Amino acid sequence: MVLFALLRLLPGDPANALLGVGATAQQIASAKAQVGSDLPLTEQFVRFVSSLARFDLGTSFVSQAPVGAEILDRLTVTIPITLLSFALAIILAVPLGIVAAVKADRWYGAVISVVSQLGIAIPVFWVGILLVTAFAINIRLFPSGGFPRHGWADPLNALRSLALPVLTIGIVMASSLLRYVRSATQDVLGSDYLRTARALGSGYTEALLRHGVRNGVVPIISILGIELASTFLGAVVVEKVFALPGLGSMLLLGISQRDYPNVQGVLFVSTLLVLLIGFVADLVQRLVDPRLRDRAVGSP
Amino acid sequence: MSNSIFRGVTRRQFGVRAIAATAAMVALLGVSPAVLAQAAFDKDAVIEIGSLYEPQNLDNTAGAGQGINEAFNGNVYEALFALTDAGTVVNSLAKDYTVSADGLTYTFTLQSGVTFHSGDPLTSADVKASIERVTAEASKSSRKKSLATIAKIETPDDATVVITLSEKSISLPYNLSYVWIVSDTAKSLADSEDGTGPYTLADWRRGSTLSLDRNDKYWGTAPTNAGVTFNYFTDATALNNALLTGAVDIITSVQSPDALAQFKDNADFTVTNGQSTTKEILAFNDRVAPFDNVKVRKAIARAIDDKKLLESIWGEYGTLIGSFVPPTDPWYTDLTAVDAYDPASAKALLTEAGYPDGFTFKLDTPDYDPHPIVAEFIKSELAKVGVTVEINIITANEWYTKVYQSLDFAATLQEHVNHRDIVFYGNPDFYWGYNNPKVIELIKQSEASATVDEQTAKLLEANKLIAEDAASDWLYLYPQIVVSASSVTGYPVNGLNSQFFAYNIEKAAK
Repeated sequence: MVLFALLRLLPGDPANALLGVGATAQQIASAKAQVGSDLPLTEQFVRFVSSLARFDLGTSFVSQAPVGAEILDRLTVTIPITLLSFALAIILAVPLGIVAAVKADRWYGAVISVVSQLGIAIPVFWVGILLVTAFAINIRLFPSGGFPRHGWADPLNALRSLALPVLTIGIVMASSLLRYVRSATQDVLGSDYLRTARALGSGYTEALLRHGVRNGVVPIISILGIELASTFLGAVVVEKVFALPGLGSMLLLGISQRDYPNVQGVLFVSTLLVLLIGFVADLVQRLVDPRLRDRAVGSP
Repeated sequence: MSNSIFRGVTRRQFGVRAIAATAAMVALLGVSPAVLAQAAFDKDAVIEIGSLYEPQNLDNTAGAGQGINEAFNGNVYEALFALTDAGTVVNSLAKDYTVSADGLTYTFTLQSGVTFHSGDPLTSADVKASIERVTAEASKSSRKKSLATIAKIETPDDATVVITLSEKSISLPYNLSYVWIVSDTAKSLADSEDGTGPYTLADWRRGSTLSLDRNDKYWGTAPTNAGVTFNYFTDATALNNALLTGAVDIITSVQSPDALAQFKDNADFTVTNGQSTTKEILAFNDRVAPFDNVKVRKAIARAIDDKKLLESIWGEYGTLIGSFVPPTDPWYTDLTAVDAYDPASAKALLTEAGYPDGFTFKLDTPDYDPHPIVAEFIKSELAKVGVTVEINIITANEWYTKVYQSLDFAATLQEHVNHRDIVFYGNPDFYWGYNNPKVIELIKQSEASATVDEQTAKLLEANKLIAEDAASDWLYLYPQIVVSASSVTGYPVNGLNSQFFAYNIEKAAK
């Protein structure tokens, strides 16, 4: 509903955007009929909702291709980027965050903290440009952008073209994730149960791994859910910098061309995916934390 | 957009360090040493082309944008005539044609032995259907209006097409160069093709690449490469990086002078400075005061130093023009001396026109480059002759509704991209409202000319008249800059009508 209204508020009729300045009045009228922008808004809305209910995302005004098929095609770029950079972020952030908390008084603990602050402060696209300059132009290690003509049928080149985008998002995301891991670990370090475990004879590392991680991981999971969703959205910027045919570039193009079906379709699918991620994060949290499970089942 | 008279491309500024590039990657598909010995180029190389203009669909009558002309004109589809890179019109699928004495009946003979990519042979019926596709009610082609004089199309036999006009139209062959000849059995042209050109569509990955393969059954001269892939970018920096790193061989059109520094003095790259048809103009509303006064318009034209403006925007590139006609139009003549930069005489003209102390006007300025910079420059130049400019920044959409549709403006900036578009000055209802009966008559007569020479003479006269009237102030002509790896040659440099013929491109053998 909000989505639909906001789009219609944009100035400019899609029929005009389609035809350009040289068009005749008659051409504009027939284009309006084609895209349905001559209908009353209420009727446009009813059409929109009823086709959504059938999972029919419609046909693009501009390309005249079915929106759903194009989204599926573009998800083969965006989903791998999201998942790979998410994995990279976890691999980087979790161990480094724990080290930063446990060794906060050592120099490398402090360095990790400072560098992660820096990572949060730098805009994603700038990291992307730096990486391109370093790894694509100076050393010809990875392509500077684009996606292979045959897509995943050419897996090696597809992976190579995703390397820098994944590194870009992964680094930026790891920085903020690291802050959470660090503070969660610090909370655990100061907790009573850890002290008790130590008093009962566990070694420091053993106590941390057996009790600390299990407690500290609970808040992290909900953060991870939010972060994964924002990685997905961050892909929009990165796809532009690296000229990747993903969902983000489809959204940007759709907006500039007033291609409502494309924009609505992308936003609808993105919203679904973000909700799905949140749901999965909740589920995982319950699996990990028995207290949440018990509350859900047993509490009055 | 091919359909629009202006182009809404945002030009970005950027600065990436220049780094030497190694030899570009070559797809060697089993070339025998014997072949290599014969030619210095690799006839089986695939040319990687980088472009900012992805087509929106593959049908030029369905609002596909300028990108489709770039990728498909002359490459996948051919027309009865072709508009060459130099601006001349030559026979293509029409082998020959005759015109009746009254100039109303054109009889075209088709090339023989031509087949479409689907295998369907070319016949007169295909030509008729193709022209009617453009003039059809549902067509969104910008060429529809120019073909409105076609009254009847007949096909007496498979190789002959007879077109009868309702009034004389000397530009018919030129206008037909925009009409793709498509097989009448083809379906769904939005995502597939059936043309007669030297390339066939291999695949189109939306948002990324469009690939063409050499058509081995082509009726004409075979291409000098095995195919081309258009790699589409939305970000100019990413496109430049792709050329620097050898991921693409050519950039079809560089839109920012800043990017050229990294290619210009580098032996690994070639920068060509072609002539575009894109004119940056200061359009007055000639209907309303003070711009209904010729003297005021001439004064403004003389008060602005176009040379300095062009240099500050494009450096050494670009061309100064004295009217709306670029050098690739047949009726071009150098008119830069008319109302050349002369602030003293500008001041005198303003006094004569009754504005000794100048005046104030609002300049509607589209919000994308280069217009805001141009507006600031004009403001400072006109301040020197006592004219105050209020810059009003508007979006492309507002420009369309406020200036183009409602005619609610005093003066505006716009870039006009079309080839042979002097005819706009023959339409008093056009947004700038220039109304000189003599020019209107000349432009009308030119279309009814018996010969191309007569047409050229008439339009040349009209061209001089609009310049004398300072109908608008034509600031400069954009350069058309193509940058390529130095191993690649044979590409078009002027890019007329956004076309980018790929069939003569040669890539040096490794």
